[in-house]
Amino acid sequence: MEVTRHQLGAGGKEEFRARQLRARDMLRGDLDGPELDEHVEQSVLTTTIEKAGRWAVGNANFPLSFGLACCAIEWMSHIGPRLDIARFGFEAARATPRQADTIFLSGRISIKMAPIIRRIYEQMLEPRYVIAMGACSSSMGVFNNYALVPGDKFLPIDLHVPGCPPRPESLVHGILKLRAAILSQPSDGWRSRYGGHGTEEVVARLEREHPGAVTEINAAGTPHA
Amino acid sequence: MPDATGLELIAQELRDSVAEAVLDTVFFREQAALVVVPGAVPATLAHLRDKGYAFLASVHGVDYFPVEPRFGVHYELLDMHEVDRISVRTRVPLAHPHVPSVTSDWPTADHQEREVYDMFGVIFDGHHDLRRILMPEDYEGFPQRRDFPLGGEPVLFTHNEAKTPGWWK
Amino acid sequence: MSDLESREQRLVPEIPYREMEQSGEISHIPNPESEELLTINFGPHHPATHGVLRLITTLEAEIVRDTKPIIGYVHTGIEKTAEDKAYWKAIPVVERMDYLAYYFNAMAFVGAVETILDLEVPPRAQYLRVIHMELNRIMSHLVWLGTTALDLGAISMFWYCFRDREQILDLFEMSSGQRMHTRYFQVGGVFEDIPVGWEQKARTFTKIMPERVDQFLAVLMKNEIVLQRLRGVAPLDEETLLAHGVTGPLLRAAGNPWDLRKAAPYSSYEHFEFKIPVGTVGDNWDRMIVRILEIKECCRIIDQALDGLPEGPYITPDRKYALPPRHELATSMEALIHHFKLVTEGFRVPPGEIYYPIESPRGEMGMFLRSDGSSKPARVHMRDPSFVNLQAFRPMVKDLYIADFIATLGMLDPVLGGIDR
Repeated sequence: MEVTRHQLGAGGKEEFRARQLRARDMLRGDLDGPELDEHVEQSVLTTTIEKAGRWAVGNANFPLSFGLACCAIEWMSHIGPRLDIARFGFEAARATPRQADTIFLSGRISIKMAPIIRRIYEQMLEPRYVIAMGACSSSMGVFNNYALVPGDKFLPIDLHVPGCPPRPESLVHGILKLRAAILSQPSDGWRSRYGGHGTEEVVARLEREHPGAVTEINAAGTPHA
Repeated sequence: MPDATGLELIAQELRDSVAEAVLDTVFFREQAALVVVPGAVPATLAHLRDKGYAFLASVHGVDYFPVEPRFGVHYELLDMHEVDRISVRTRVPLAHPHVPSVTSDWPTADHQEREVYDMFGVIFDGHHDLRRILMPEDYEGFPQRRDFPLGGEPVLFTHNEAKTPGWWK
Repeated sequence: MSDLESREQRLVPEIPYREMEQSGEISHIPNPESEELLTINFGPHHPATHGVLRLITTLEAEIVRDTKPIIGYVHTGIEKTAEDKAYWKAIPVVERMDYLAYYFNAMAFVGAVETILDLEVPPRAQYLRVIHMELNRIMSHLVWLGTTALDLGAISMFWYCFRDREQILDLFEMSSGQRMHTRYFQVGGVFEDIPVGWEQKARTFTKIMPERVDQFLAVLMKNEIVLQRLRGVAPLDEETLLAHGVTGPLLRAAGNPWDLRKAAPYSSYEHFEFKIPVGTVGDNWDRMIVRILEIKECCRIIDQALDGLPEGPYITPDRKYALPPRHELATSMEALIHHFKLVTEGFRVPPGEIYYPIESPRGEMGMFLRSDGSSKPARVHMRDPSFVNLQAFRPMVKDLYIADFIATLGMLDPVLGGIDR
């Protein structure tokens, strides 16, 4: 699986440079008139809306009801009465990935299951987060053998929670850390970890089979089959 | 469990009814086992079923590498009325790993024989649908053979992290 | 008419459904517009399959005509991994097979090793093992009840069952430090004695649990919806179940009181007096009630075991197989050498092959162990009850509605960790 990088929009770099110069002019006091109004409106409005969006995503993050193995039983006890992650906003565990925000890889990922998890991940809508719960999904855990795949190989993972299975408090700590990360910065998610700002995740096969499909995707807004 | 003499009696009866079947008897830690030739397995199981061992608890495979014949297939039988267990064992070589399937008489052997095929490569003749059950359908190799490598990722330590090829690079 | 007769005879055509999926040829179906057979995939990711089980189901409108389970989505190669580890170190690996019955996995493995070694387990350790196994049985049934009621739509049962499950996990944490996959059972006994206060806490639990079971029964037994959904649905007779190798609560619901704890007692089960709930018809209702009543019997066993808990060592005093206590390492040279050998290489087991069956919450769990004289097992195979019980699923769900199909899957109690290993 390759993650290829394509620029968003045709003149990404120039646009950014133009905004930089305008910001510098504003600070120097050189920008005025309608240009100044436009600039202020742009930056204030976007940051406020972004902040409100982040607040919403962080506080109402619906997990995908996805259980693989033993960690799934511990995950169920998190939804249970003692730990109750619903108080953090992880209220409704959605069965369909199209309505879920976070996928908890709770359990060991075998080679048969990995492409299915990838497909489920691709069906989720941005902003989406992946938490690798337990040792088996982060690395291969107790089992270093032919049958397992570590999660990092095919999914960008936002948070690894160690343990076999993780203590309930440690998973809750992880969830709160993820929530703090969501609230404090825009939905960069994995991009900040892998240095992929301004990129879009595209499957290389698509580009090989339909050259120019990426610009089609960017133009149309939704991926073709 | 049938005790040692009981086991010998069963073996004797089996030799009388199914010709050339029994190769050996094993009595270890109060557990009885009959070693038979692969072709005689369905007949042996039918004979033992008539004697009361009507429940096939488990069908599993063993790899005796490097001793030939290499693959063993074990059938664990249970008599629920007398609470007796007996094991029927057979060995097949790598060159000709064929065992007749008992699925038609014992439906419980269906998935279990598929698992033995998947993990060891023992082919059960007469099985209606012998496919891989645990590994992906297009997997090559039989994982639980003793000479199949365990696989997995190399563990990174400070002394080898520069040399180990990383998939993330 | 002959058309009607042939339609009734051949509702499912002879072609395997792989082929049916692929071909667009429908001339073999006499009345295709009224008998459209739809093959759908209850994929590995599904809210109602308990774990990653894939069922390719052939439906005629809402009725299930055929189903085919595809497993292997959580196959972890545990058996091969255990071949690479010393006997002591293989215990945590083997524990993770049937992840709801971890004490039973450990018991099967440890019991098999002890049988080959001809090692005697002290009575206190046997009683402690029984207590922990019965607590695990209650916990497994609670998880089963919570998730199955969730599938039926009785969502509140989930919360009640998990509340009680937390109490059991507290007990496990008190005795071993871990909530799940405690490597508490060791070859020769248990890892550590129970701490002060554990017995009291366990007794409090076994006092409340039967009342809770009565509350669960009150919620479920008089609920008209549950009764209609489960009574008379998916019955399977004893002969078919035995032919398919089914044991455990499924077989007991059909009327056969086969329980290894009574039939071939191991680890001091013969000292305890308990009943075995047995059903009559073998439908989903019986399966549910059998499991719920088993929880009550488990509480009785735990009470009796706590009453009669003998004094003595909690692990075999044979230093060749069990670690010496730490205070001896400072004074005794042999203890130090034993400790060193056990931790680095492990003990060696004489060559032999053993099949050791126990009664897990889902049926007969048998461990086949082959040793070749070295310190690592040569073949570890678990005859997992869920793996064999899944074969009986197909005859159970012939001609059921999808909703009943889902309910029956819950009543089957499959645990994919045990199925796939």
